[in-house]
Parts: sequence; C-alpha cells; structure tokens
Amino acid sequence: MGYFLQQLINGLTLGMIYGLIAIGYTMVYGIIGMINFAHGEIFMIGAFISIITFLALGLVGVGWVPLALLIVLLATMLLTSVYGWALERVAYRPLRSSPRLAALITAIGMSIFLQNYVQLLQGARNKPLQPVITGGMRFLEDGEFAVNFSFLQMLIIALTIALMIGFTLLINRTALGRSQRACQQDLGMAALIGIDVDRTISLTFIMGASLASVAGLMFLLNYGVIDFYIGFLAGVKAFTAAVLGGIGSVPGAMLGGLLIGLIEAFWSAYFSVEYKDVAAFAILVLVLIFRPTGLLGKPDVEKV
Amino acid sequence: MQAPGARPPFDLLGALKDAGRVAAVVALLTVALLGARVQDASSGPPLLFRFDDVIAAAALAFFGRLGVALLRARRALPVLVGAIAFALGLTAILLLGTAAGGGEGAVLARRILPFASPVVNWTLAIAAWIMSARAAWLLWHASESTLDSEAREARMDRLGARIQEWARLVGPLLLGVAVVLPFLPGIDRRLLDIAVLVVTYIMLGWGLNIVVGLAGLLDLGYVAFYAVGAYSYALLALYFDLGFWTCLPLAGIMSAFAGILLGFPVLRLRGDYLAIVTLGFGEIIRIILLNWYTFTNGPDGISGIPRPTLFGLPFTANPAEGEASFHSFFGLEYSPLDRIVFLYYLILALALVTNLFTLRIRKLPVGRAWEALREDEIACRSLGVHPRNTKLTAFSIGAMFGGFGGSFFATRQGFISPESFTFLESAIILAIVVLGGMGSQIGIVFAAILLIGLPEVFRDLNQYRMLAFGLAMVTIMVWRPRGLLAHREPTIRITDHPSHGADPAQETRA
Repeated sequence: MGYFLQQLINGLTLGMIYGLIAIGYTMVYGIIGMINFAHGEIFMIGAFISIITFLALGLVGVGWVPLALLIVLLATMLLTSVYGWALERVAYRPLRSSPRLAALITAIGMSIFLQNYVQLLQGARNKPLQPVITGGMRFLEDGEFAVNFSFLQMLIIALTIALMIGFTLLINRTALGRSQRACQQDLGMAALIGIDVDRTISLTFIMGASLASVAGLMFLLNYGVIDFYIGFLAGVKAFTAAVLGGIGSVPGAMLGGLLIGLIEAFWSAYFSVEYKDVAAFAILVLVLIFRPTGLLGKPDVEKV
Repeated sequence: MQAPGARPPFDLLGALKDAGRVAAVVALLTVALLGARVQDASSGPPLLFRFDDVIAAAALAFFGRLGVALLRARRALPVLVGAIAFALGLTAILLLGTAAGGGEGAVLARRILPFASPVVNWTLAIAAWIMSARAAWLLWHASESTLDSEAREARMDRLGARIQEWARLVGPLLLGVAVVLPFLPGIDRRLLDIAVLVVTYIMLGWGLNIVVGLAGLLDLGYVAFYAVGAYSYALLALYFDLGFWTCLPLAGIMSAFAGILLGFPVLRLRGDYLAIVTLGFGEIIRIILLNWYTFTNGPDGISGIPRPTLFGLPFTANPAEGEASFHSFFGLEYSPLDRIVFLYYLILALALVTNLFTLRIRKLPVGRAWEALREDEIACRSLGVHPRNTKLTAFSIGAMFGGFGGSFFATRQGFISPESFTFLESAIILAIVVLGGMGSQIGIVFAAILLIGLPEVFRDLNQYRMLAFGLAMVTIMVWRPRGLLAHREPTIRITDHPSHGADPAQETRA
C-alpha cells in the first residue's frame, strides 16, 4: 500500500510536468493544425534559463529560497516565451498557407537547430544543480519503507494546479481566450469578424512556451540535472499525452499528461524500468486504434 | 506596381524603430543562453559571463535589419558604404589575427572581434560581403524594378519545371557521372566514402518517397525499418552464418513484414497521428534493441559483421587457405580501395533498383491508387479502392527498401549499434524527400547532395554542422515551401482531348 502510494505521488508529479508541456502542443495544434515539433526544445531552453538564473542569483547572493524561486520562475517564463514567439515568427508564420508537411519540416529543423545551439553555447555535458528545496513529509511508516511526499513534489503539484486554474480562467473569461477559441473553430471566419489572427497565434505560442518553461524549471528541480537533449523525449511524451487526452482539448492535455506520468511511474515500479518509454508509446497506439480522437477529443467530421 | 526606377517612399524613423525592436528581441533571446555559460568544473565560479557577445549580437541584428530595410527601399548607397566598411574591417582583422599567430596583434584582434568563434566571425564577414554585393548590384541596376515574392516564386516554379524537363537529360548524365565516379581523377578514399554515404541517403530517400511522396503517408519512423534491416542481416550472419547476398532479400522481407505489422493497426489514422505513431514505433524499436541484451548485445552493438563478396570473392588482402580473393582471382595488385569501389557500386545498384521500381510502379494500378489516395481518400473509397490495404502495400514496400538500405549499412560499417538508428536519421531522410520537392526523384538526388554531401565535406566544422543543417532545413522550407524542385506534373493525362496532343505514347510522365 505504501509502495503504491509512493508511486502514485511520483507519477502525479511527473504527470504534472508532462501536462504543462502538452498544453503547448494541444493549443498550437488546435489553432493552426500543426505539430510544433520544436516545443520540446522550448521546454529544454526553459530548463537551461532556469539553471542559469539560479546560478546567477547564487552569485549575486539572493539566498532566500522563495524569493529566488519567484525570480527564476518569472525570468524563465519571460525569456522562454520570447523563444516561443520568435519560433513562430521566423519558422511558422511564413508557412501558414503552405502544405502542412512543410511546416512540420521547419519544426523539425528548428528542433535540430535549437538543440545544437544550446549544445554549442552551453556544452554537451550534464548540468547539475544543488537541490534547492529539501525535506518533505513522511507518513505510513512501515518498518524500513515510508511514503515520502517531499516539499518539492508538493510545490510542483500546487504550482501546476494554480497555473491550470489561471489558464482555464484566461481561456474561458478573457477576450484573448475568446479570440483563441474562435481561431480554433475557424481561422478564416475569426479573421473576418475582426480578430487579429496573427496576434492571437503569437500569444498562443507565448503562453505555450511559458507553460513549457515552468515545466522545464520543475524538471530541473525534480531531477537536479539537465542536458541539451532532454527536450526530445519529454516533447514526444508530452505530445503523446496531448493525443491521448484528445488533441485540441486543454483539459485533455492535462489529463493525458497525468495518465502518461502515472503509467510511467507504475510501469517502472512494477514491471521494468528499461521499457517504461515503450509502455507510454504502446498505450498511445492502443488509444489511437480504439479511440482515435483521444479521451476528451471531439470526433472530427469528415467533409467532402 | 511602381514605375521602373521610382524609389518607394522610405520611412527612416519606422525602419529605425523596427530595427530597434529586432535588436531588443535578439538581446532577450541571447541574454541568458549566450550571455552566461554554465561551467563544468566544480571549482571556480559556476557561471562565465559573456555579455559583450550579447551586445555584439544585438548590434549586428540592428544594423542587419536596418540594412535589409534600406535595400528593400532601394537606398543602396549607405548600405554599400556601411557593409563594405564592416566586411573589409572584419576580414582584415580576421586575416591579421590568423597571420599574427599568438602575438600581441592576435590578442588585440581577438578583443576587437565580435565573437570568440572564428567560424561565426567568418560567417559574419561573408554575410557582410554578400550584402555589399547586393547593394552594389542594386546601384548598378537602379532602373530595374525588383521582383515581388510572387513573381520570384513563379520564376522558381518555372525553373523547377524546366529542371524536371531536363531530368530526362540530366538523369542519364548524372547516372553516367555516378558510374564512372570511382575512376575520375582526384577521387580519393575520403571522397568515395562521402559518395557512398550520399548514394545511401539517395536510396533511402527514394524508398521513403514511395511512402511519403507517392502515398502521402507521413512516416517519422523510417529509421525503424532501416534498423530492422541492419539487425536482420547482422543477426542472421551471426547466428546462422549466412552471407550478405542471402541475407539481403531476407532483411528486405523482414522489414516489409515489420511494416505490415505496424501499418495494419495504424494506417487508418489521419496524417499527423500516423506521424507520431510511426515516431513512437521507431523509438520502441531502438529501445528494444538497446535493452534486449541477450539477443542484440544491447548498447555494445554487434561487431564483426561479414563484408560482402563478389560472387564469393572476398575483398581481403590475405584470403583463407585455398580460397581466391578478388585481387588474386583477377590477378590484380591488392588495393584497399577495391572494397570501397565495390561498396559504391553495390549501393548504386540498390539505389537504381529502387528508382526503377518507383518509376515503373507509378504506372501500375497500385501506384495509381497510391497517388489517388494521397489526393482524395474519400473519392478513392467510393471508387472501390481499399484505403488500408493500398496504403499497406506502399508502407511495406517502402519499409522493404529501408531494410535493403539497412543491410547495406551493416555490411559497410561492419559494426552496428542502436546509436545509429536515432530519430535524427528519420528526420534527415524525411527532410531529403520533402526538401527535394515531394515525389520528385531528381529533387531527392539534389537534396541528398546538398544535405549530406556538403556537411560531410565541411566535416572540420563538426560543431556547427548540425546547427547549419537545422538552419538550412528551415531556410529552404521558408523559401520554397513545396520543396526545391516542386513542380507537379499530372501522372496521367486524358489524351483524346482536342486541345492536347494526340500522341498516346505521351500518356505518362515519370
């Protein structure tokens, strides 16, 4: 029981990170119908900006952890969202009316470029960070084994929930959210009724990138080590999560992220660690075969 | 449309503002990742600051943007002066820095230069020279009006069409060059190795083109079939002691089988889902190869894969007792180059088989069905084409050629490990197909030479190779969204239409 609970906590934490990345995929896909393949690299860049800001704050002498965390959070969200914006502006906007495959190729090209850009500037080695948040709660002690719910995991879960609430309000209550939903339904029609489509798409990329950068910060805190290659696997899994939840649906992305995180945690715990990535992909294939629109997705109507 | 020679009005303040915005964005982009480097050593400061690089990047972005705006408005003179001054200065300092070696001049030069890396500095200098040339050209031809983007696009389309027309001439010409390539003067082992690599990617591109270009199925996991082919050959040779020529068809069959196995459940999915499932499949294959230690030797890979033979004649210096090798059988001097030449012809033959197969199958009902499915699936279904089975044939035939390529890779390297079959390979092969212009056989050749050959030649700039590769993918796509030689000829024409020619022999075009 204790072991199960521990895996549940670990899986939830991991799932929160995947979910935050998945929202970026699902929003972009919902609006312009393309797989933003470079989104995983945006997450990686967020993690790198976080580690750099942490180290810089350490040099300046900001020692109080909550303040440092807040500064890092804001800095990484700001700087990473500039990457998200620039990515759309440079690589995707010129191709908006082109075949979808062309946009996918630029996305892959951008992904390769950003990976090598970070590798070139920051070196190929692992970048470790001293644990910032330590300690936790132990309960259900049972001989040697105790369930450990660390403060870090609590923070990750709480922060994700807070972001999700804010984000849902943004989509449902604000003018920006309304124009976003309008663009999702029909880009051309939205433009006709006076919505600035370019601006909406830019803001979508900015929001997706800032959420991914928070995920990068969480990844850094959770694992304590990053390298330039973390974006690929995390990105693919987050995309899997988005498809699992039903691509285009924001709650679906979060649900899919949680499911992928839980599957991964339980599979590693009860079956084999080596094949945990296979499990996530196998689930994806099964879901697509039996429910191609994902768990929360609407079936799309085929028009002739 | 403006009159020739008239200069469009120029808003200097607006251009300055715009350039300032671009510079601000560049500064924000670079401030963390370029401005500070996380140090690897555990002692010493954890960060190394390089804020002068950030300032340099922002300043360059400012002036570059301003220059482009001026050129667009046909104010070439200030750009010419500025760009030439910058290019001259930079080139002079770079040359001086190289010539001065480690002396005081070199130290000074290094301090003046915008960036630490010589490659980046040289790239900048070249860009400045190109800009000056463009400005000079504009000054010289001041009376001509510039083409707008649509006209340029149309011109490139015409060029693409013409090259495809030429393909009938260029094709045999290229083939001729390819056939005599090993005997051309100045071809050494390094160039021949690059040629083998390029032809391998051409073959893989042609194989993937069946799936992506003809059937319109987006496959991001092509490397999986490449891996299946390579491991089939390696394991068959290892466990059953079979030779290359026995294993080649077997590897192809196994890859095709893997294609059917994967394709059967997933081929009814729409394009993007298919892309992500195939990507997942590629990763699954790699993870299995990595972890199934007892069978595949895991991350250590398989070594000692037998080399191919020519009708049983090995390419070794000292053949086993009582056996002839290639050079002793033909009474030649032993040369290690012989094997490379043989490998070259082997992959060339495989590539040509792939090409011939594609050209022929496009004229068969199944090939026509692929292309029809790509264009309109619903119409096909109503005409009685079974979508899944038809796609499955394309998918498995493409996989089979991937498998052939894989066993060639195994026999060429003599060693394979899961590391060779990463997603990057799939991305490169797909990029070759799409950049060449989907469905264009000759375009794939050019794209492979451009994407594989050029970076290999510049191998010394290893660090920047993949960076430039990614950048090239983006630039070419933004410039030519439908591929370099995109020009789609209808595969079939209704020939009894009065306005068209009545020659039934011209019914099809490859």
